[in-house]
Amino acid sequence: MAQTEYAVRLQHVTKTFGPVVANKDVSLGVRRGEILALLGENGSGKTTLMNMIAGIYYPDEGEIYVGDKVVTIRSPRDALDLGIGMIHQHFKLVDVFTAAENIALSMGSGKYDLKKVQDKARAICEKYQFALDLNQKVYEMSVSQKQTLEIVKVLYRGADILILDEPTAVLTPQETERLFTVIRNMKADGKAVIIITHKLHEVLSISDRVAILRKGEYVGDITTKDADESTLTAMMVGEKVELNIDRPEPVNPVKRLDIQHLTVRSPEGITVLDDASFDVYGGEILGIAGISGNGQKELLEAIAGLQPTQRGASVEYYAPDAAPVQLIGKSPKAIREAGIHLSFVPEDRLGMGLVGSMGMTDNMMLKSYGKGHSPIVDRKAPHDLAETIKKELNVVTPDLNTPVSRLSGGNVQKVLVGRELAADPIVLMTAYAVRGLDINTSYTIYHLLNEQKKKGVAVIYVGEDLDVLLELCDRIVVLCGGKVNGILDGRKTTKEEVGNRMTNLVKEAKA
Amino acid sequence: MSQSTTAVREPLLRIAKREGTTLPQKILVRAVAILLALVVDALFIFFVTGLNPLAVYGVMWGGTFANMTRFSWMLRDLSILLCVGIALAPAFKMRFWNCGGEGQILIGGLIAALVMVYQGNNLPAPALFAAMAIGSMAAGALWGFVPAWFKSRWGTNETLFTLMMNYVATSIVACMTNIMRGQASSLGTLNKATKAGWFPVIMGQRYTINIIVVIVLTFAMYAYLKFSKQGYEISVVGESENTARYAGINVRRVTVRTMLISGAICGLCGFLIVAGKDQTIATTSAGGRGFTAIIVAWLAKFNTFYMALISFLLVFLERGASEIASAYSLNEYAADIITGVILFFILGSEFFINYRLILRGAHKEGK
Amino acid sequence: MHSSLIAWIMRAIPFGTIIMYGALGETVTEKSGNLNLGVPGIMYLGGFAGFASAWAYENTAANPNGLVSILIAMICAIAASMLGGLIYAFLTISLRANQNVTGLALTTFGMGVANFFGVFILNGASYSAAPVANKAFAAKIPVLSGLGAVGQVVFSYGFLVYAAIVLAIAMHWFLTRTRAGLNLRAVGENPATADAAGINVTLYKYLSTCIGAGICGIGGLYYVLDYNQGIWATTGQIEALGWLAVALVIFTTWKPLNAIWGAYLFGMLYWLYQFLPTLLGVTLASYMTDLVQMLPYVVTVLVLIAVSMRKKKEDQPPAHLGLAYFREER
Repeated sequence: MAQTEYAVRLQHVTKTFGPVVANKDVSLGVRRGEILALLGENGSGKTTLMNMIAGIYYPDEGEIYVGDKVVTIRSPRDALDLGIGMIHQHFKLVDVFTAAENIALSMGSGKYDLKKVQDKARAICEKYQFALDLNQKVYEMSVSQKQTLEIVKVLYRGADILILDEPTAVLTPQETERLFTVIRNMKADGKAVIIITHKLHEVLSISDRVAILRKGEYVGDITTKDADESTLTAMMVGEKVELNIDRPEPVNPVKRLDIQHLTVRSPEGITVLDDASFDVYGGEILGIAGISGNGQKELLEAIAGLQPTQRGASVEYYAPDAAPVQLIGKSPKAIREAGIHLSFVPEDRLGMGLVGSMGMTDNMMLKSYGKGHSPIVDRKAPHDLAETIKKELNVVTPDLNTPVSRLSGGNVQKVLVGRELAADPIVLMTAYAVRGLDINTSYTIYHLLNEQKKKGVAVIYVGEDLDVLLELCDRIVVLCGGKVNGILDGRKTTKEEVGNRMTNLVKEAKA
Repeated sequence: MSQSTTAVREPLLRIAKREGTTLPQKILVRAVAILLALVVDALFIFFVTGLNPLAVYGVMWGGTFANMTRFSWMLRDLSILLCVGIALAPAFKMRFWNCGGEGQILIGGLIAALVMVYQGNNLPAPALFAAMAIGSMAAGALWGFVPAWFKSRWGTNETLFTLMMNYVATSIVACMTNIMRGQASSLGTLNKATKAGWFPVIMGQRYTINIIVVIVLTFAMYAYLKFSKQGYEISVVGESENTARYAGINVRRVTVRTMLISGAICGLCGFLIVAGKDQTIATTSAGGRGFTAIIVAWLAKFNTFYMALISFLLVFLERGASEIASAYSLNEYAADIITGVILFFILGSEFFINYRLILRGAHKEGK
Repeated sequence: MHSSLIAWIMRAIPFGTIIMYGALGETVTEKSGNLNLGVPGIMYLGGFAGFASAWAYENTAANPNGLVSILIAMICAIAASMLGGLIYAFLTISLRANQNVTGLALTTFGMGVANFFGVFILNGASYSAAPVANKAFAAKIPVLSGLGAVGQVVFSYGFLVYAAIVLAIAMHWFLTRTRAGLNLRAVGENPATADAAGINVTLYKYLSTCIGAGICGIGGLYYVLDYNQGIWATTGQIEALGWLAVALVIFTTWKPLNAIWGAYLFGMLYWLYQFLPTLLGVTLASYMTDLVQMLPYVVTVLVLIAVSMRKKKEDQPPAHLGLAYFREER
């Protein structure tokens, strides 16, 4: 059978997490000496799918073949024994170990001889032209060095099927080019390589074949030489799906936030948000599009006073009938105390927005508990608020004191959004407000955001589903590599345009 | 799905998180744990001593309930242990591992003793008690402040820091008692003649005030953690520092403030020990309660009323064991063994409250 | 003055040996990410089991033999303390109980067991002795120990003193030069990575906790059968020694080789109060001696602070110390 030529092959694989279907009936494979690019939007299930090959997850249904044998991969160890190595986005390295020690770790049995490990690793480095100091400690390494180490580690263990999860997301263009050289060398060596990426130009330059996932389902594959950016984008984003989300016309938009030169560096010193400047208006929903990890989180947190910013940044807040207020340099508490109505629905609902072990009532007062001079917490108002939110948003909870961590994802989000809306925001920021929610709850959220918009609130909607962004938002700021890569009109732009700007810096923006 | 290949590798037992355990279930699990522990202890008693375990348990029961004196002794010990537990509760609720209760008690007790000895004749009783209380609380608070400050500033490991502070306090107490006793072989009872700084005898006992103070503290701490703004901040910080920052809570300030409170109450406990119980100070005055109280606070999930219950259980065992000791000419260390076994079982039982075991073969559904 | 220096060192080294065992054992345990605060309890278990078995042997055998007594005492001490470690391991690793609380409960339990059964052996007397075992454990190195001052300072101790040094070196070698040592360190630093690399995290945690406890137990054994001249009495001293061992682990920044000199330094500091006056030619008030005894702990606190301020990666506790690891939370 023709299928036996595949190095590794998935057949009808399905994986669900609770109510969320991450992968549905996916079948694909990669051949030896081939570079397969796995392309898809955020949340399309690429990483989950690859994690099943790498032994992190176990499929609910379907089979995995290595060669022509059905295999059971229960752990990363099993995967390695089958010659499968995956380089995760989050490196699996021990910080206080040297490169050589990290390579030696997990090298199963046999005599432990660091010298030998170094010799063999050095040979691999020479063969594929890696620049790696084997005696360097991991915590002293740059991201690119760590990644190199991960690849050497996998090669050292004799993997001939390599999976790279968004390897270029953290690299400079020069480093990316070097990585691609290495990947081509590996291909020439007869290895099968799967590379997960969003960047179309990279897909076109490195891969032999592209497989596309959309919303957990396999769309199809295409030989790279027959593909171009527009065909790939079309396959990736799919047909425009009509969602029938309301989009009332903005009424009398007034400037609420004036963001200038907002730059944020990560603790490691990497620029994650790069000189972002744009305005936010009341009465409109401003979408923020971008591959996740392109500065969205930092953008919102910087506005909310949770991220230190670089010099020169400015976020001016225009309250109705008041002088503008500078938000940069203010703590969340100072922002609140200055009477600024800024609501924020963060991405990490239970790790930041809510306290999981507390009930609805106690979560209602997370931001307002300090009001007044009494040392005693007033639970009457929060209780009433919780009651109202429970009724109006149909939150399903046994009672108002049940820890919110026990509620379903949709109900958790209703509690969080409900609280933030109840604070009468003038600016409302939401990050991935519908991630992991079912259709009905998602529509409830869209509806709530539109209600706010009609009230004149400036709504910032960070999203990942382009269909939603295109139907919900009035304007869309596209972030790419931490830079603002265009501000588009939500009514006029196309999915391809947004998708393209998410993955490629356009010329004007670069200049 | 290829059952044959996967079934072989499915582990015998899988562990799944249990959500929403009901109160009766929790009580049942803990009751079973204590019962099992008592069975293990009974077996131990029988095989080691050859005594009838039921008879032994009967004698133990008498240790607390034989007569009013016994019962009041139990209350005396209970109040001290509970007091330390109350002191530690806010710190642990904030996930700050204050293992320094022992030292905070000692240093507080020392200040109380010093004030008592050197100001006993100068100050009128109310002023003396006030000075003792304030001094001991300040000393305890200082002992709590030091590790908290370093933790909030540099993330210095507080478990180990507070642990070391215990021995610094022990040394200081040893040194000061040495000075105070002068040529005598031991310090003995302080202010024996004047009884200055001794709590008055109320209802036949000097430690009645201790009991009253601790009852007040039990309610006050419960209210503080449950109803006050500061208590709310403690819960948020303990749950997630990220959420605390989002909510605009100053994590450093809360850390230091909470440890000041925790240390101060430990110091106050030292004062109660000196004024209401021992009328003296020694390196053994805290008697390991700083550690036992950690277990009390943890098992009670920081609810002071549950803490009273657990303290009662532990003190009951301790008193019972000393009763056995005299009745069967055994020794009081039996209490440590019995307590240890019961603690192991209770600690282990938490697992069955939080997790479910799923046997191989049970239908596997999406987690 | 010269002779008091020698006497001081000869006090410090045996003292240091007790806590060196405790610290080495705890280091192994902590390297796997388990912070076992049951060290005092475990040292009690080891000390008591070692003493009790040697005592029983001496009182039953017609002709008690020193070597046999060493063998019996060692086996019993190690077995008993490993059992203590096993309780801790089962509760914290399999049943996921809180490490600190479980450790403290184990300390209570170990003290209770040792002292409870100890009373049976004492049988009313204020102390009980195992002279044969003591003689065997405390036997000096023949010939060499007679070589003047050097002989006294270096060669006049029981074999466990030298075994501790060998153990520290062996442990250093194990942790840095063997695959199992590398794996163990990875488990304590980053169990998810270790797990992904196919290392059996649970097994490593169990083994290191039990073996670590066994080593701690030797410290208790050494205390009773050598340092304390083979005398069992109900005292709280082992508890203080246990906490000092925990302090020493911090002081060594989790490096076994540092435990050698660190332990002796602690011993010197501990006995400073007795020898400082003669060395300086002053008389020290007896209350000052109590104050001097806090030195090892103060030094440890200073090291702890310095380490947290310098943030040097190599000196930090294992990154996952005190935290439980569950694969499903990956």
